[in-house]
Amino acid sequence: MATATPTADERIAQSSSLGRVLKRPESGAIVAAVVIFVYFAATTTAFATAAGSSTWLRGASTIGIMAVAVALLMIGGEFDLSAGAMTGFTGLVVGVLTTEYGLNIWVAMLVSLVLALVIGAVNGVMVMRTGLPSFIVTLGTFFVLQGIDLAGTKVLIDQVAIQGMARVPYYDQPHGFFGRAFDIGGGHIFVSVFWWVAVTAVATWVLLRTRVGNWIFSVGGAQVSARQVGVPVFRTKVGLFMTTAGAGWLVGMLLLFSTSTVQANTGVGQEFIYIICAVVGGCLLTGGYGSAIGAAFGALIYGMVNQGIIYSGWDNNWLKAFLGAMLLGAVLLNEWVRRQAGAAR
Amino acid sequence: MPESPSGKPPVIEARGIGKRYGSVIALSDISTVVAEGSVACVLGDNGAGKSTFIKILAGAHAHSEGELLIDGTPTTFGSPREALAAGIATVYQDLAVVPLMPVWRNFFLGSEATRGVGPLKRLDVRFMKQTTKSELAAMGIDLRDVEQPIGTLSGGERQCVAIARAVYFGARVLILDEPTAALGVKQSGVVLRYIAKARDRGLGVVFITHNPHHAYPVGDRFIVLRRGRSMGDFPKSEITLEELTGMMAGGGELADLAHELERTMGDSQVVEDLKADVL
Repeated sequence: MATATPTADERIAQSSSLGRVLKRPESGAIVAAVVIFVYFAATTTAFATAAGSSTWLRGASTIGIMAVAVALLMIGGEFDLSAGAMTGFTGLVVGVLTTEYGLNIWVAMLVSLVLALVIGAVNGVMVMRTGLPSFIVTLGTFFVLQGIDLAGTKVLIDQVAIQGMARVPYYDQPHGFFGRAFDIGGGHIFVSVFWWVAVTAVATWVLLRTRVGNWIFSVGGAQVSARQVGVPVFRTKVGLFMTTAGAGWLVGMLLLFSTSTVQANTGVGQEFIYIICAVVGGCLLTGGYGSAIGAAFGALIYGMVNQGIIYSGWDNNWLKAFLGAMLLGAVLLNEWVRRQAGAAR
Repeated sequence: MPESPSGKPPVIEARGIGKRYGSVIALSDISTVVAEGSVACVLGDNGAGKSTFIKILAGAHAHSEGELLIDGTPTTFGSPREALAAGIATVYQDLAVVPLMPVWRNFFLGSEATRGVGPLKRLDVRFMKQTTKSELAAMGIDLRDVEQPIGTLSGGERQCVAIARAVYFGARVLILDEPTAALGVKQSGVVLRYIAKARDRGLGVVFITHNPHHAYPVGDRFIVLRRGRSMGDFPKSEITLEELTGMMAGGGELADLAHELERTMGDSQVVEDLKADVL
């Protein structure tokens, strides 16, 4: 308080800038990513090559796009367990509509996007109207989507995977946006990597430099307070659910056009990976704190370990154990940071 | 009704306002005046009707009896937003701050300053940080760093940030709901000094409290509520701190209680204390 009043400059100089950097939500994930990169680069021959890194970047990219969207949602105080199944659902809609019903591919993609956004909005409206935890509501939509993906696909096309996608008229047009790869320095970089970088950049801009970003932090941090000062809580939260669903559509398209097929069970089980990446990236499970860049680095860690384990010749089930340990470590770290930020008197 | 010395109507005037919830009478026949540059204290114990009264002033509930005059015009607020538009800002006990967000983001939350247009429309971070710092400094709060999470400030400082925010966004009347209730002696002093400062800047303040020792030093008028009724509306010149405390404590009712306890419990210490309080 204003008892003794030393000049502001003196006191700012006392707080260490290193301490401040370390308190950023994404710092832990960035440090961990560097350590993991160095480890696999030193112990395996393939990891740090152009070909090797384009493989793990590809794996990280689609997970990363979802992790960034899920991170925004978690900062806003909610979960979306239907995000994984959504990536399969959107791809299946396009696949079935084009290969089975001969719909124009762009129209099919638009239909798929609209469906995704509607499901996202339904998630959001249900959570806001009922006041139920989003964990339960989206667990419901997750199972509904999973059922539709598996049973619906079988009913409509008698198979569990889309066939003949590449023969659909005008396939090459969207393929150029979502499925192609660039040969850079001997590596084969998929376009999804660029989408990942772009999504992370836009999400970071929105979070830190726009009004909507301020609202996202506030609805996750203290919803009642946010409403009292005039933040449109309902719109913000529903928008976040729709954003996650929209990201699910984007990833659905990336998966569909880079492999020219999609399985009926695509994305199932991935929803927890997104949440883990977001938490490793510094998001609090309780909302109100986190970062989009952190989630992107969380996904990078996932992609690197996933591929590094294979290059090292280990049983790839170790990935699960590693993810679990990372999650626990990250949660403990995040709680500590939050206490530093919120409890001091 | 007390008249305004300048001839200008007071910002808020209540004439016998009351509120019923179905058959429950939560508040009846409350009259008072809040002028610019003055502090009106609303005192009462739990359940006395203080929250109902401020909710009517703040626009959260409409009154069902009497008249509420804003700048001399009879008004019924339909929402807190309408009250806010009339320049009446309420600072609730929970302060409406988000603990993990920086002070400057909290200060502007819901009313963020932006620059640029279209997709490049962005927060004017520099302006907001500077404004936060200078607005707080003008009210005597010297923050080291507006980037720190507001949760790291003391209770009194957070209270002051919430008040400074309301002042900056054009409040003419501040309604403060128990601002000192959860604070220690020193922090309460900070807030009381701040209330005086807001009054000196020409704002009307409605200060809700159950502590006459906090109300008396800063108040210009005192409205004492009990069981939804007004026990009176006194200018400072007509009431002493002792009278105010006695009225707050329940006056006659408390004396009755002392007699009753005397019959059942004899001359115990509790009864002695109670008698001492009443006298």
